[in-house]
Amino acid sequence: MDIGIEVKRSSFLFSFVLILAWLLTACGGSAPVTQVPSTPRTLTVYAAASLTGAFGDIGKAVEAANPGVTVKFSFAGSQILRTQIEQGAPADVFASADYTNMDPLVSENLVAAGVLKDFVTNLLIVILPPQNPANVQSLQDLAKPGLKLILADPSVPVGKYARQALTNMSNDPTFGTDFSTKVLANVVSNETDVKQVVSKVDLGEGDAGIVYVTDASATPDLKTISIPSNYNVIAHYPIAALAKAPNADLAAAFVAYVLSSDGQAALKKWGFTPVSQ
Amino acid sequence: MPKLRQVIHHLYMSQYLEWTFVLPSLALLLLFALPIIALIWRAGGDGLFPYITQPSVISALRLSLWTSAVSVCITILTGTPLAFVLARRKFTGKNWVELIVDLPVVLPPSVAGIALLIAFGREGVFGGWLSVMKISVPFTSAAVVIAQTFVSAPLFVRAARIGFAEIDPQLREAAYVEGSNEWQLFRHILLPLAGRAILSGTVLAWTRALGEFGATLLFAGNLEGITQTMPLAIYLGFEQSLNIALALSFILVLVTFMLLLVIRWLDKAKDWRM
Repeated sequence: MDIGIEVKRSSFLFSFVLILAWLLTACGGSAPVTQVPSTPRTLTVYAAASLTGAFGDIGKAVEAANPGVTVKFSFAGSQILRTQIEQGAPADVFASADYTNMDPLVSENLVAAGVLKDFVTNLLIVILPPQNPANVQSLQDLAKPGLKLILADPSVPVGKYARQALTNMSNDPTFGTDFSTKVLANVVSNETDVKQVVSKVDLGEGDAGIVYVTDASATPDLKTISIPSNYNVIAHYPIAALAKAPNADLAAAFVAYVLSSDGQAALKKWGFTPVSQ
Repeated sequence: MPKLRQVIHHLYMSQYLEWTFVLPSLALLLLFALPIIALIWRAGGDGLFPYITQPSVISALRLSLWTSAVSVCITILTGTPLAFVLARRKFTGKNWVELIVDLPVVLPPSVAGIALLIAFGREGVFGGWLSVMKISVPFTSAAVVIAQTFVSAPLFVRAARIGFAEIDPQLREAAYVEGSNEWQLFRHILLPLAGRAILSGTVLAWTRALGEFGATLLFAGNLEGITQTMPLAIYLGFEQSLNIALALSFILVLVTFMLLLVIRWLDKAKDWRM
């Protein structure tokens, strides 16, 4: 009978779906093959994009010292990370490239008490593409009309610092009071984090960019022009364990490691200036 | 168990089957509707309107509107012939052409942005030739249009192609019998019959172009008034002030909604059937 065959087919389908669902749930809950000494835990660290290389090393060291712990990073412009934390992102630690993006978290009571510290400082540098197509030889050349300058957006720490450095230069008669205006007129793009500035200049799409010295040393084929210390801006990086951290103890341990001599050595290797304790 | 079989059998035979369609549909509809409702709710409640008149917001809105309009025009002018050829002609290498047309749709937008930069950037593979002609594309509004067209045109071509393909070949024969030439056939018969598909393709392409972000950021850059479209302004406004981002998002939702309404009205107003 037709209806009988239909029911046979549909009951087969029904049981097939049941078995598939059971298999999927069984796979999800299966125990790991290797036994780990403690329950596996994940530490989530939100860090400024400029810390990508250094924190990668530090993450591996922390994982080696704490079996069963995986350190997961989210690298982006500090302003993006700050907004995500404000909106409830489940981060344990936040390392920002400036206090502008840490202070709002402090005033909103999102930072664990007593764990906010400066952990490195950084300096700015002008980077040029390997071929230096616009033949930039000095800082003054940044004001050359028609130059394609790439900066980070003012809301990004390095973008803010870069504009401060330009203002510092404008206050010096060797550059002239209109130096900053002329240079800013050459900006063709405001990127959302420092690594994008590096990429576009490295590709040769921009004639020059202003980034951190750590980014310049991480990409050795870039040509550079250093900014003298009287114009340069010292970027202070704060680190903090967050008040709503899912793994408060691990967060504190991570911050402690970053501040320890091993952590500071790792940061120094990447070109950061350690904080003298 | 014969009893269970009977129950299932009755289920399939009765109108309760409708409910197995309604519930998943409702879930999906809620997924679409709830975020939009929440956005409008929060945006309206927080006194958004002072932010809407900010120069950066007006500038981003104007840029988004004119670049997406230019992009859609280019898409229609070049995409309609392509869709027609793909629908009704056979030629060697047709499979490859179809693959190339489908590729930008499945490519992640950031990959599209990188690819455009590597191709047409100043140091790009083809950028050298452009430089000779004194044309530099990245960081210009033209780059915004190119990025938008790259990601949205394939959607138009797909839709228009289906429209052309669905036309009964016998109509073509009938038209020849009536003495029409190729252009008249295309203009008065094929184009109107495919009209609905072309219109829906235009909607898809325009809204995709308006919302384009990843490729624009990478290829065109971000500079207010020149390359900072609404989605870019929202992304950056998000960090400075959530209120600005909400205002921009609200406007984008509104503009897209009105666009959809206008096109649906056009669709109903014209009689596409001959």
